[in-house]
Amino acid sequence: MTLTDVPAKVVYSRPDSLECRGTHYCPGCTHGIAHRLVAEVLDEMGIVEDTIGVASVGCSVFAYNYFNVDFVEAAHGRAPAMATGIKRVYPDHIVFTYQGDGDLASIGMGEIVGAASRGEKITVIFINNANYGMTGGQMAPTTLPGQKTTSSPTGRDVARQGYPIQTAELLSTLEGAAYVVRRSLHNNREVRRAKQAIRTAFEVQKAGLGFSLVELLSTCPTNWGMTPVEAREWVEERMLPFYPLGDYKISSAVAEWMK
Amino acid sequence: MTKELIKGNTAVAEAALRAGLEAYFGYPITPQTELLEHLSARMPELGRAFVQAESELGAINMVYGAACTGKRVMTSSSSPGVSLMMEGLSYIAGTEVPMVLVDVVRGGPGLGNIAPAQGDYNQIVHGGGHGDYRLIVLAPASVQEAVDLTALAFDLAEKYRTITTIMMDGSIGQMMEPAELPPFQPLKEEIPAWAVRGAKDGEKRVLTSINLDPPTQEVMNLRLMTTWQKIEANEVRWKGYHLDDAEYVVVGFGTAGRIALSAVRAAREQGIKVGLLRPITLAPFPAEILDELTEKVKAFLVVEMNTGQMLEDVRLAVRGRKPVEFFGRMGGVVPFPDEVLTEIRRLATEPQTTAGHPRDRWLARLTETIG
Repeated sequence: MTLTDVPAKVVYSRPDSLECRGTHYCPGCTHGIAHRLVAEVLDEMGIVEDTIGVASVGCSVFAYNYFNVDFVEAAHGRAPAMATGIKRVYPDHIVFTYQGDGDLASIGMGEIVGAASRGEKITVIFINNANYGMTGGQMAPTTLPGQKTTSSPTGRDVARQGYPIQTAELLSTLEGAAYVVRRSLHNNREVRRAKQAIRTAFEVQKAGLGFSLVELLSTCPTNWGMTPVEAREWVEERMLPFYPLGDYKISSAVAEWMK
Repeated sequence: MTKELIKGNTAVAEAALRAGLEAYFGYPITPQTELLEHLSARMPELGRAFVQAESELGAINMVYGAACTGKRVMTSSSSPGVSLMMEGLSYIAGTEVPMVLVDVVRGGPGLGNIAPAQGDYNQIVHGGGHGDYRLIVLAPASVQEAVDLTALAFDLAEKYRTITTIMMDGSIGQMMEPAELPPFQPLKEEIPAWAVRGAKDGEKRVLTSINLDPPTQEVMNLRLMTTWQKIEANEVRWKGYHLDDAEYVVVGFGTAGRIALSAVRAAREQGIKVGLLRPITLAPFPAEILDELTEKVKAFLVVEMNTGQMLEDVRLAVRGRKPVEFFGRMGGVVPFPDEVLTEIRRLATEPQTTAGHPRDRWLARLTETIG
């Protein structure tokens, strides 16, 4: 028997809701993985035609180029407000934002807290890579104590520059938040868990159970000055202790639905 | 239909609702709040979207999102709140999605006060947000006119895919007057081709204001300007009073224009041939009628509730051919008709000049009065 006698079976392919094109992301960056996971979930749930995405300002500013769904582009930090406007007009549609940490946890903190507290039935994909990627690696609200960035060249000094924000923990205190979890994209096991969480977050929205957010610890090899492999190790060694993975808010309605 | 005694803010809210408003997002600020309050009750009643946002930043960006669906959307605020909305207005202009903003202007700068003013003329008429865009500005002078302009504001916004601002001041917003509300319009059924709605037909729509490639951005800027030229050609609105035989013309908008009208009528009784030009669209500005009047009259008097912001647009239209004088009160102080009448009499009896700047002469006179 030769190899060609084995019937070919497709075991892995590009999700339909992901455009067939290269991305502008740096080698080793996990944005691409996050995009793919979202696209797989949209495909699997059969909600591509009902979905409207809201891109934000940061490295994912061009996210709309990569998804085969209707998209709008928000001002810096304002994606949850824009998503609110769309969702209130189209309550039966699926509306999600895709935001980085500078966008969501710094300039957009007001909008994300407002949306979560109102229990807006939107899904937020939140990329935490501990720096401002697009502008070249400045200190972000998520930059770790001691972490060197282009605007904290001697390392983040908490006495002068304050402490990083633990977004999932913070938003979990809001009654309006239904599903708030933190996952990571630094190894295969965590990628699979991240996918499950993204699926749950969209299901929570589809079931009308409230606000859902998945924080994803991500790598930024370019701005961290590391190889992709080193960057993944850095997530494990440095980010995980400060940003523990876990489920921070599962509302009783979501818990009931999960049964 | 019969008239009812109704507050300006409430009347505009109800008029918007009847014009088919499908989503409203706002934030409380005096002297605009009744508008938000009215819609907080009426919109849910009719099954339409209403959100009291976390801030004006939130409100304008909710409007941005909802506007991307092509539905009739609106927000309202007052001066400091509108300052916060400038970012969103620029993005909305850059994305070419229609919306209506109601700005109930109050005294400023800064926190200022909550009294009626027109100090935001430059911010609203000449920009405010970053980048190269223009928006339609309507300036009602009564509750009835505010009602009438509300439906028009939506029609214009949608016709040109632009922002229409109804710029009124605290007195129009707060005053109760008899007004006739329009009948209910059915909600728009047609969704514009550009609006996001989910890519059901396999055709993906992206609405964005980003154009990283400068030549692409330039083409976009050109398109905005071409649209503006159409607006300038078709949408100029103004109202004239006693202009036919006028030797002198007062120019004023909104409440200042209405007060000036009382003064013009009093001056007519005293035998002074004076008329009033009241711009209803501040943008596009009624420059053409000013140009025509310049040929016929002896002098102009601009009356505003600011330090002479529209004054500069009048001077541009008159181009030094006739004297232009100015009278204003500001900071929330509303001029009395008598004060304007005194200015009209001065215009008609004293020699006027085209030299110097009218603002300097007005300031000198005003300093004597209020020190």
